[in-house]
Amino acid sequence: MLKSLAKLERLWIALAAVLLGMVVGIFFILIVGRNPILGYQALWQASFGSMRDFTELLIGTTPLIFTGLSIACAFRTGLFNIGAEGQFIVGQIATAWAGYFFTGLPTLIHVPLALCFGILAGALWGAIPGYLKAKAGAHEVINTIMMNYIALYFTHYLVNGPLKGHAFLPVTKEILDSAKLWRFMPPTRANAGIIIALLAALFVYWFLWKTTKGYELRAVGFNPLAAEYGGISVARSTVLSMMLAGGLAGLGGAVQVLGIQYKFYDVFAFTGYGFDGIAVALIGNNHPLGVVFSAFLFGFLGRGAMRMQSVASIPKEVISIVSASIIIFIAAEALVKRLVPRFTKKGGASSEYNRSV
Amino acid sequence: MQPIVRMEGITKIFPGVKANDCIDLTVYPGEIHALLGENGAGKSTLMNILYGLYKPDNGRIFVKGQEVEINDPNIAISLGIGMVHQHFMLIPPFTVAENILLGVEPKKRIFLDMKEGIRQVQLISERYGLQVDPLAKVEDISVGMQQRVEILKALFRGADILIFDEPTAVLIPQEVEELHKTMQSLVAEGKSIILITHKLKEVISMSDTVTVIRRGKVVANFKTAETTEAELASTMVGRPVLLEVEKEPNAPGEAVLEVTNLHARDARDLPALKGINLQVHQGEILGVAGIDGNGQTELVEVLSGLRAATQGTVEVKGRDITTYSPRRKTLAGLGHIPEDRQKRGLVLEFSVAENLVLQSYFQPPFAKGIRLNSKEVRRNAQRLIGEYDIRTPDEGVPVKSLSGGNQQKVIVAREIDRNPDLLIAAQPTRGLDVGAIEFVHKRLIQERDAGKAVLLFSFELDEIMSLSDRIAVIFEGQIVDILDAADANEEKLGLLMSGGKVDKEVATEYA
Ligand SMILES: Nc1ncnc2c1ncn2[C@@H]1O[C@H](COP(=O)(O)OP(=O)(O)OP(=O)(O)O)[C@@H](O)[C@H]1O
Ligand SMILES: [Mg+2]
Repeated sequence: MLKSLAKLERLWIALAAVLLGMVVGIFFILIVGRNPILGYQALWQASFGSMRDFTELLIGTTPLIFTGLSIACAFRTGLFNIGAEGQFIVGQIATAWAGYFFTGLPTLIHVPLALCFGILAGALWGAIPGYLKAKAGAHEVINTIMMNYIALYFTHYLVNGPLKGHAFLPVTKEILDSAKLWRFMPPTRANAGIIIALLAALFVYWFLWKTTKGYELRAVGFNPLAAEYGGISVARSTVLSMMLAGGLAGLGGAVQVLGIQYKFYDVFAFTGYGFDGIAVALIGNNHPLGVVFSAFLFGFLGRGAMRMQSVASIPKEVISIVSASIIIFIAAEALVKRLVPRFTKKGGASSEYNRSV
Repeated sequence: MQPIVRMEGITKIFPGVKANDCIDLTVYPGEIHALLGENGAGKSTLMNILYGLYKPDNGRIFVKGQEVEINDPNIAISLGIGMVHQHFMLIPPFTVAENILLGVEPKKRIFLDMKEGIRQVQLISERYGLQVDPLAKVEDISVGMQQRVEILKALFRGADILIFDEPTAVLIPQEVEELHKTMQSLVAEGKSIILITHKLKEVISMSDTVTVIRRGKVVANFKTAETTEAELASTMVGRPVLLEVEKEPNAPGEAVLEVTNLHARDARDLPALKGINLQVHQGEILGVAGIDGNGQTELVEVLSGLRAATQGTVEVKGRDITTYSPRRKTLAGLGHIPEDRQKRGLVLEFSVAENLVLQSYFQPPFAKGIRLNSKEVRRNAQRLIGEYDIRTPDEGVPVKSLSGGNQQKVIVAREIDRNPDLLIAAQPTRGLDVGAIEFVHKRLIQERDAGKAVLLFSFELDEIMSLSDRIAVIFEGQIVDILDAADANEEKLGLLMSGGKVDKEVATEYA
């Protein structure tokens, strides 16, 4: 009862932050001399205007759920995983390879096998900075950033060299039909990826809160000294947590390949999913359920940005400002409480709840 | 005389608890006003309200005759109210001077004038006789000095109403004496002090008036001169309390813990343990007395696996466990109540229930395969909350929302309930009220009587002398003497603790 109240408050704050962010958006649309009503109409239409738009929303949201979960998971253990980007990329290429290399397999085996390749590649990519942190105390932020660049250039080399699958384009061969994810609403691209993403969120919830390993990871995240006292190996938990985070981002890359792309394209520049995942996790309060919601929000805003530009000629940067303001409003919880009067009366007790005295 | 602070009908409700229920408090200038009450009675809450950290749901506050609304600590500070918190609020990586000056730094145009700042800190520290090292980092200094920093911080902001929330709980006897002197000189200057403490002796010797709170309500007001420790204790707990420990002579058995020539280094890599030798037997409480910083912390850490020994052995029931990890030591039958509850003993953000299984979550019935059996975790918590009288709305609230004493009870319950063969108890009753202390002492003696071994560390000589069967005195990383509790008295121990020798030892030492 107590807890559900506190959670309800979180939800209200998130909603209020979104609304306030939208208001900020109106302001900027007016500044650039456009019509906010037209703009927000386009924003809405982009995701909910038609069935096709809606399925594209699902598709855009899926990778953000994975990277958001990856970062949230690490964060719960006290680690800042900036490396979801790189983990996502290596997950993609490993899965693409597994998708065309193994022939003659039934879908029921080929798809999970290819997904596993993505998970393992991502997990390995996360484990390296995890291990360096545990063994040498090297800060994971620096090392995950470096791993991102290694992933970028390593896959660049692979797809232009040994794994090149096209005469002149830097792409791999297309995966076999047996490795493709089920598209449940042809001719749209909607596919089983979104289901896998939701299952992953459930898994993260179950793992962190319902297993003994999850208990250990959370204990280390909150208070490593107390965890050590409780006989938990901080070093091992660090590696495990980074592997888990990497595996989730890698799975995201895998799903992207098996569901949408069907091959690995040279990325040239970062996909951005890994970095957006940081904001997704933050807005989602590093909770799996929150991550799912905020991934949808980001998917929605991302699609809307394009549409607003093409339909209402509003620069897509306006939407970047909107998402940035939402993040600021969520971070500045107190400010939201002051701006939205509902909280000033009732909010007091439950926020003090979190203050240690 | 006009009261300097008057709180009227203060009510504060937290989800699930009425922490303050229509409390009245009147403090006069120049007095030390003691606030007494059980763990969780609402003392810290009331003072946090006065200091502007919490907003009361009801009630009025008058300072120097004026009605005021204290919405945040800055207002409190401008009204001349300063607070030294139960759990310090300093910034560990900052220096002493930086902590004291935070927010009121002297400036040279727009630049920080640290030199001037340090000079001011030195001035005020000399003026009140509170010695601190302005350039030391707070994370490196002793608890006693941290407290002086907190006091200076308040004084520097011009406080003339000082709130001390359990200031002596973490101090060693010498520091307590110094603090008492400081408080007296502050009062002599006309300042007023509100003192929260669980030490009845301190209330009697220091305060002028006493307000007793029970379960959020004021139950009595006393003039200190007209009351006694026993009366205070029973008013506070609501039943007569045994202030003395009752125990039968013990029947020690085989050695459970055997420490031989143990050496270790401290956090700064200096030798801290220089050849410790001791034994603790079944059915025995061995107390370790010593001045803080003579190796107690390191000894506890080495024994519990949190620090590596550089030489020597630790055996439990004949098994060499010197190099075991903390987990393996736990499994070998060790229990450990750590001296700093918030640093080591608790995951503050975890619920009470989760904290109560910190040493056993991986074993059945709490672990079921890889799953954590939350039903059992909750049931275990409900049982211990009842048994140890942990005051909490329920087992699901984060442990950080509990009062200080109740946080301590969570640790004590967890460690004693596991029935370890050897229990290492460091400051086990720190921050507990008299009723809870009585209970914990009883449980420790029960453990002893059930044939377990207890190694007790405490800065309270009273506690050491009344609980222990034998007393080891630690000085500069060595056990300088082990006495029978019957032969020990405060003087003898005091002498040994400060490096002196009791006559007969002189003879044997040089024989
Ligand atoms: N921030 C908070 N959120 C929720 N409940 C709280 C909070 N702070 C205190 N409480 C509850 O209010 C009650 C009073 O707590 P308080 O800290 O004032 O006790 P106390 O008298 O200082 O006890 P102690 O002697 O143990 O320090 C307790 O039951 C505690 O659980
Ligand atoms: Mg308190």
